[in-house]
Amino acid sequence: MASDTLFDALIEHDISRRDFIKFCTAMAAALGLSAGTVPRIAHALQTKKKPILLWLEMQSCTGDTEALLRATKPTAAELVLDVLSLDYSETIMAAAGHQAEKLLADLVKNHKGAYFAAVEGSIPVKDGGIHCCIGGRSGLEIAREVCGNALATFAMGTCACFGGIPHASPNPTGAVGVKEAFPNATVLNLAGCPVNAENITAAIVHYLTFGSLPAVDAFGRPLFAFGKRIHDNCERRAHFDAGQYTRQWGDDGHRRGWCMYYMGCKGPQAYQNCPTVRYNGGTSWPVGSGHGCVACAAPNFWDEMTPFYRRLPQPFGITVETTADKVGLTVTAVTLGGILLHAIARMVKHHTRPKGEAAQGAKPQEKTEWKGPSWHE
Amino acid sequence: MLCLRDVYVWEFPVRLTHWVNVICLITLSFTGYYIGNPYIHNVHPFFYGVLKDQWVMGWMRLIHFSVAYVFAMSVLLRIYWGFAGNRHARWSAMIPTTKERRRTLLHDIRFYLLMEPAPAVSIGHSPTAGLAYLLLFLGYLVSILTGFALLSQSHGGAFWYAAGGWILPSFPVQWVRLVHHVMMWFLIVFPIVHLYVGWTTDLVEENCVMSSIFSGRKTCGDE
Ligand code: SF4
Repeated sequence: MASDTLFDALIEHDISRRDFIKFCTAMAAALGLSAGTVPRIAHALQTKKKPILLWLEMQSCTGDTEALLRATKPTAAELVLDVLSLDYSETIMAAAGHQAEKLLADLVKNHKGAYFAAVEGSIPVKDGGIHCCIGGRSGLEIAREVCGNALATFAMGTCACFGGIPHASPNPTGAVGVKEAFPNATVLNLAGCPVNAENITAAIVHYLTFGSLPAVDAFGRPLFAFGKRIHDNCERRAHFDAGQYTRQWGDDGHRRGWCMYYMGCKGPQAYQNCPTVRYNGGTSWPVGSGHGCVACAAPNFWDEMTPFYRRLPQPFGITVETTADKVGLTVTAVTLGGILLHAIARMVKHHTRPKGEAAQGAKPQEKTEWKGPSWHE
Repeated sequence: MLCLRDVYVWEFPVRLTHWVNVICLITLSFTGYYIGNPYIHNVHPFFYGVLKDQWVMGWMRLIHFSVAYVFAMSVLLRIYWGFAGNRHARWSAMIPTTKERRRTLLHDIRFYLLMEPAPAVSIGHSPTAGLAYLLLFLGYLVSILTGFALLSQSHGGAFWYAAGGWILPSFPVQWVRLVHHVMMWFLIVFPIVHLYVGWTTDLVEENCVMSSIFSGRKTCGDE
């Protein structure tokens, strides 16, 4: 990592100018910018120093690191890695033990306020944060120091954004996302399970080009990646509108690539750019490979988007097989039955009533004489 | 005996919104249930060739959304008429504000529990009916609000945010969907009870309440 700017790194890697401009164009497209911004992006990448990135591992499965390392085509993979000057990452760096701890402390001290922090995984806050300890210090403490002194923090993946899977009920470790753990930190929520490497790169390119973080939605997620609904860009949408659904995994409709709405696809309530950007260098994405979307970039998706293979949540988790419709149907049947019994009871009561008894109406008692239901007259 | 009198009770907007709501609720339940659970299997031999490639979900959604707007406007009109209409249409007829109405309410509840032989005589809504319709309108509002919240998922922008999208960051969208769905069952059960009660009241009070929703006129004992 001798080169200072991204462009130097490209020269070192023998990447042609043509590929470089293609990359800049792809970034402009990912950010939803016009082609006119491509020269600006190219200029920024050639002149700006690569930002330092400190990557912290908290309660995670390392899926986001894996996603980053497997980013896109060979050349672009290098681009992604070289856009970031990844100075500290427990997963991929050579240093270990005290050496690594010292490196982190030095970086935070020497580049205070000038580096980006990336957090992968949720931060447990219960019991003083003891559920995730690194080198004898709690993750909460380390992250507070690193994120607190950073220019901005990228929350990588849904766990770092909203707590993700460790946050799912009953959440034994008190896992939360970065923003919830440190409300004062500047955090960009790059949600997804795992985060899409293209979106990391695009967010950093945005910062290098415009000197600011991209615009975000109500959940702190960049709009360029999370502004559109999966369902509205899905390649199976035509089958949805036509009413052509997969009714069972592996059935005729499934093999024809029909919509998986009936099987509980959460695309209609999920926001991300998966259908257009896809994963692993545009290879595929969940719906593309025949599985419904599970809305992995949504807060609390594990609790709120389950069951993954049904349209509606199970009311109050009664029993696995109880659906809202069964409850509704039962209530309707009980109502009808109740009415029948009530009508019968009324008739019986009418017949057993002593003859000539006056009605007991509340108001105009003298005037209203109840003559009994008219069907007896 | 009674001196019978023909009274104009339900004004035109009351009757209009009533019947618009009836048609809307039937259509909305039918199409909405399909949207929640696409029951028409168009690979089924029965439908094959008829519904194949026929944009079934597209039609259902189109009808559902269009009718939903009509329904929302009808509810809006009725809410307005609750302030502008005659005394039987007003909100004061729905909420038992006076002591007298609360007493009648208790009497009516005793009647429905078969503890009294006859209900109290009311010209417009009885206090019980008024309360029930208040509940119904709350149900309408919940349905409309959750409906717009769900619609806002495919429609960005400030208008849709104001119409219902603001709910979604605070409530899990799946629960909003479930509430919208369960409201359908409420709006199926309600008319069943409504019809039964209307029918028995007609029989017991002989006030022609069942035809009054067509004509607006009820037959009342002279007060
Ligand atoms: S597969 Fe999912 S996202 Fe795609 S059209 Fe069907 S419901 Fe929508």
